[in-house]
Order: sequence, then C-alpha cells, then structure tokens
Amino acid sequence: MKHLKIDNLHVSIGDREILRGLSLDLPTGQVHAIMGPNGSGKSTLAKVIAGHPDYTVTSGDILFDGESILAMEPDARARKGIFLAFQYPSEIPGVTIANFLRAALQARLPDGEELEATEYYAKLYEKMDLLEMPRTFTSRAVNEGFSGGEKKRCEILQMAMLRPTFALLDETDSGLDIDALKIVSHGVNSLRGPETGMLVITHYQRLLNYIVPDYVHVMVNGRIVESGTKELALKLEAEGYDWATEPEAEAVGA
Amino acid sequence: MSDTQTQLDIDREKGNFRYDVDYEFDAGTGLNEKTIDYICDVKGEPDWIRKFRKDALKKFLEKPMPTHWASHDLENIIFDKIRYYLSQGGQKPKKTWDEVPEDVKRTFERLGIPEQERKFLAGVEAQFDSEAAYSNIKEAVGKQGVIFMGSTDALKEHPEIFRKWFGKVIPTGDNKFSALNSAAFSGGSFIYVPPGVKVSHPLQAYFRINAENFGQFERTLIIADEGAEVTYMEGCTAPKFDTATLHSAVVELVALKGAKIQYITVQNWSNNVFNLVTKRGLAMEDAEVKWIDCNIGSRLTMKYPGVVMKGRRARGEVISIALAGDGQHQDTGAKMVHAADETTSNIVSKSISVGTGRATYRGLVNIPRHLKGCKNNTECDALLINTSSRTDTYPAITVRGTGNACQHEASVSQVSSEQIFYMQQRGLTEAQAMSLSVNGFVNDLVRQFPMEYSVELKRLIDLEMEGSVG
Repeated sequence: MKHLKIDNLHVSIGDREILRGLSLDLPTGQVHAIMGPNGSGKSTLAKVIAGHPDYTVTSGDILFDGESILAMEPDARARKGIFLAFQYPSEIPGVTIANFLRAALQARLPDGEELEATEYYAKLYEKMDLLEMPRTFTSRAVNEGFSGGEKKRCEILQMAMLRPTFALLDETDSGLDIDALKIVSHGVNSLRGPETGMLVITHYQRLLNYIVPDYVHVMVNGRIVESGTKELALKLEAEGYDWATEPEAEAVGA
Repeated sequence: MSDTQTQLDIDREKGNFRYDVDYEFDAGTGLNEKTIDYICDVKGEPDWIRKFRKDALKKFLEKPMPTHWASHDLENIIFDKIRYYLSQGGQKPKKTWDEVPEDVKRTFERLGIPEQERKFLAGVEAQFDSEAAYSNIKEAVGKQGVIFMGSTDALKEHPEIFRKWFGKVIPTGDNKFSALNSAAFSGGSFIYVPPGVKVSHPLQAYFRINAENFGQFERTLIIADEGAEVTYMEGCTAPKFDTATLHSAVVELVALKGAKIQYITVQNWSNNVFNLVTKRGLAMEDAEVKWIDCNIGSRLTMKYPGVVMKGRRARGEVISIALAGDGQHQDTGAKMVHAADETTSNIVSKSISVGTGRATYRGLVNIPRHLKGCKNNTECDALLINTSSRTDTYPAITVRGTGNACQHEASVSQVSSEQIFYMQQRGLTEAQAMSLSVNGFVNDLVRQFPMEYSVELKRLIDLEMEGSVG
C-alpha cells in the first residue's frame, strides 16, 4: 500500500492564501471524496498536487509514499504516478488522441525502449469500448471541438491508459448529463482497485451515487473541516454547506 | 536543459561536417566579365549563353538592393568576397556512385542520399558546390521519354526545348538576385516530361554547399508537357562557417495544358547561409502547379514561390512552413498571378518563431478586372514560442471585377502555459510538450509531404524545439 500524504499545506497564488493548513492521507485501494462550496480551494488542491506553476507552497508538504514531491516538475510527478483529470482540459490542436497518448506512454519507458504499437492499439480500443467511445475518436485532435461530455470521457480514457497510482478527479461530473455521468462513473469504477487511490473532487453529491467513496471530506476556506464516511455526503446534500461554514464547525474537523 | 542542448547540437551536426576537397576549377573571388568567361570556358557553353550571362551581370550591377522593403541584413553580403564557381570533379556528373570522387561521395553517403535513391526515388541529382557530382534516372523512367539532367547538359543536348522556356517564366531582370543567378548560374536540374507521362515516384535534387565564402547558383527548369505529371523534391545543407555563404537559385516551372507539377523543398541550410531564391511556375489551361515549401535553416531566407495562371481553369497552390530559430529570419510567402478566367489559387502558410527568430509572410495575389470566376484563398497562421519571437504579415491582395472571389484569414497564436501544463501532467517534459504542440500546429501541412520527408521534418522540428524552452 502506498500513501499520498498532504501535510499541513499552505498555498498561495500571488498574495492570496488559498489553502490554509490542509492535511489529508490517501492510501491506495481507497476512494476519498472532497466536497465543498465554490471557492473553498478544491481545484487548487488538485492542481498543487500535480505541480501547477502558478501556485506557491508556502509551508507544509506533499509526500508520495514518504517522499516529498514539492521539488519535482509536473511531468516527473505524472510519471511517478499522479494523474489529474482536469475540470477544463486544454485543447491541443493538430495532435490526435492516439498520438498524444502514445507520446505519454512512451515518456514512461526507459530510454531506447519503443512502445509496441499493436499492443498499444489493442489496449486503447479496449478502454474506448469501456467508455463507449467510437473508434473515430482516436484520430481527432485532443479536446479540439469536443463537447463537455467528450472532454470528460477523454480524460478518463487517458487515466485508464496511464494507470496512475493516485488519480485526482476535478469536478469530473460538471457538464455531464445523466447518461454521460453513468458512462464516466463506470469507467472510473473499473479502475478502482488495491493499486490505485482516488481523490474525487465534487461540488454535488450526485456523482457520489455512482462513484461511492470510502471517505468524504468537507473543505471550507482552504481547510478540511469535517471528515466521515459516505453518509456525510448525504448530510451535505440535505443541509447544504452552511453548517460547515459557521465558525464553530472549524474546530470539529481540523 | 543541458541534455536537450546536446541534442540540438547533434542536429546541427547532420549537415555540419566538411571533408577537405581540392578544387580543380575555381573562378576566384568576385563577379565580373572575366568570371563569366571562365565559367563559360570550363563549361564549354555556346555563345548565346555567354551573352545571356553578361547581359544579366549588367542588370545585377544596376539593380539596387531591395532594402527599401526587405531586411537590411542583405547589406552584409560582400559580393566581392564570394567565390562564384568551384568544381572538384569536372563538369560532367557521374551516372553511378562508384564513379563519383571519394571525398564527394562520402559527403552524400553521410547525408543518406544513395540510400533514399534506392528506397523511393525515380531519379537523383546531387550537386556539390557548383556542379552536379551525380545524376541518374531509373531506367524505366528514362524509357518513358523523361529527361532529367543538369542545366548545362540540357542547354547543349536539348536546346530546342531548353531555349524555348529558359528565362521565360522568370526574366533575368525580375529582381537583383534573379539577375545574379542568370549571370553566374551553374548546376540545377532540367526535367522534361513528355505528353501524358505520369512519373510515379519523385525526382530529387540535393544541393550541398561545402566551401566557405561561396555562392551556389543553381538553375532549374521543369517542363511538364500536356497531361504529364511529375513531383520534384529538393533538399539542401551546408556546414556551419563563420563567414556568410550565399545561395541564390532560380527555379522555373512550366505546366502545359492539363499537366501537374508538384515541387517540394526542405531547406535545412546552416545559419550562415543567405538563401535568396526566385521560384515561379507557369500553369496553362487546366494545369496545376503546387509548391510545398519548408524552410528550417539559413540566416535569412527570402523566397516567395509564385504561380502565373495563364490558361483557363489553371490552379496554383503554395503550402509553406517556416521555422525561424534564434537569430534567423524567414521571409517567405507566395505570389499568385491570375491571368485567365476561372483560375483558382490557394495559399496556406504556417510559421513558427522561436527565441529571437523572426518569420515574415509576404503575399501577393492579383486578379485583374477583366477576368471572371477566379478564386483565391489565403490562410496564414503564425505561432510564437518565446516573448522575444517575432512575426510580421504583409499581404497584398488586389482583386478587381465583379465575378471574382477572395478569402483571407490570418492568425497569430502562442502555445499557452495551460496547454503545456496539461501535457506535462501526462508525463511529457516541457520540451516534449512544446515539440508536440508545434508539430500539431503544422500537422495538416506536414501530412502533404511524402512520408519519408514528413518523418524527417517532424524530427527536425523536434530537435529545433528542444532547445527552445527553459
């Protein structure tokens, strides 16, 4: 079992502090959900773990199986096994999904070793079938002209191909209709297992009906204010976040 | 960044090597009537060419440098210090690689030319400084009546076709550098494809500059007779010298009724080469001339391939990719001259500027009032990599009359930091991400290159981009 450990993390963008002493322990084999109101810092957390250059870690640490990854470039973190399914994935004009994923997998191989093309395509088609994506998808440029649902499916396809140790899913449910949500959730669930830890970031409880988490954390103002089992998500659904944003609630979780 | 820097240097090594060569024929430095007499004498040229050259010399000397619109870097060419004719193995190219002098042959072997010839070409001409060292056409292609030889041989052996078109598409006085070429030309290809013959594989020329303080002035004339089709590719390299080297070619294409000519260039000169080239095609009724032009190397390139659409329904196309690296200026574009009804032209230009590189697009489209049913489409897209990179666009489009249409689109973009982060998050290094983005930017154009060239092109772009980040 491996651990992704966030230890009393403080993060700023410019002069503004967004994460204010956040701690979290995500072991492989578990799915943790992070819920919280808009602006609580959920997406920042995902981007900071992935190494986004806009954010500054002012104190605290991020440990991948005991080793700090703060000094690592985003690509080194990715190759180590951290995957971020983006809320707003970038378009890469002219680069097909097949070529992009191939380059990403090739980047994980030792120098001089070539990716085996037949195996690669067999795997790619298998994962596309799982996500109910037509074969023609492979020759489309990454995210270019994609619908919201296509973008999210494409993110999960990449996750399925890259087999990360820790996957961060940032608002993967946003912009999805119920059918797309079911397909995407099915894809995510198929990747659950003892080798993978997942952090599912969402504003709504709806996603958690399909991707059932082992633990739920409530995030407010850059901190986790309450942690519990999946029932906590139901409580949030019923009562909203107001109870959590009240000052006395802070003491409970932190 | 140290790793990627090394790889960039390896790329420079591809063409950046030089074997010592003893030149048997050397016209010395500077260009005057004596230089021309020397060239005519060693080549054994007829009198009309001697006169043609001397008239051209006058025009060259009369014409001012075009610095009122072009780069002042042109002023750094010292014409008196340049050597205008250098030949090692004589004036007659060899028909087998075994006959090519050893020191010249190993240069082309290192550049992979004989190998490419075996694999996918219908014929090859390999020019070393002023003369072709090797010229051969596959037997089957020769049997179809296709003529493929050096320009000097052609003017002697096939004067009836050669004289008819030589200097007709691009007159001597078209510009200062076409005049220079007309005075000093040596080497280059002559191709004639008989009516209805479709050459299935490309013919290729490879231009190699080996000498320092040298000017290469090849002259190419391609004629596709009625209904004929041919694809011609040229590649070029030179070693890196501290001093400036000059390459100034003239390329004339003639596509007669219903003929198709496709001319592909992958220019990878070293960064000390002034590459000042005039290229133009004439397209008769229902004919098509297509330029696929890729400029990666050189210090300054000025090149605007053109098509004069002289016959009804003629088509002209220029597909252009320019990569301006640190310290380079790629001043490229296209000229489309519509001179008959229902002619159509298409220009697609993509440029990438890296470091202090500068890419300039200059386009000329002319559709006069009396014509009907003419169409032009122009797209030019520029990609800037660093904040110090520069791009300029100078389109000159003149469309008159009521029955003609023209469409122009231009864009300037940058690879966004979000896009790079996204790609890095998938495990690609920053340099790999940049390289993939740039390859994506030109991908739709690269796909138009023959397979062997598109692979080479992608590799060149990768290597150029690896040094650009950090």
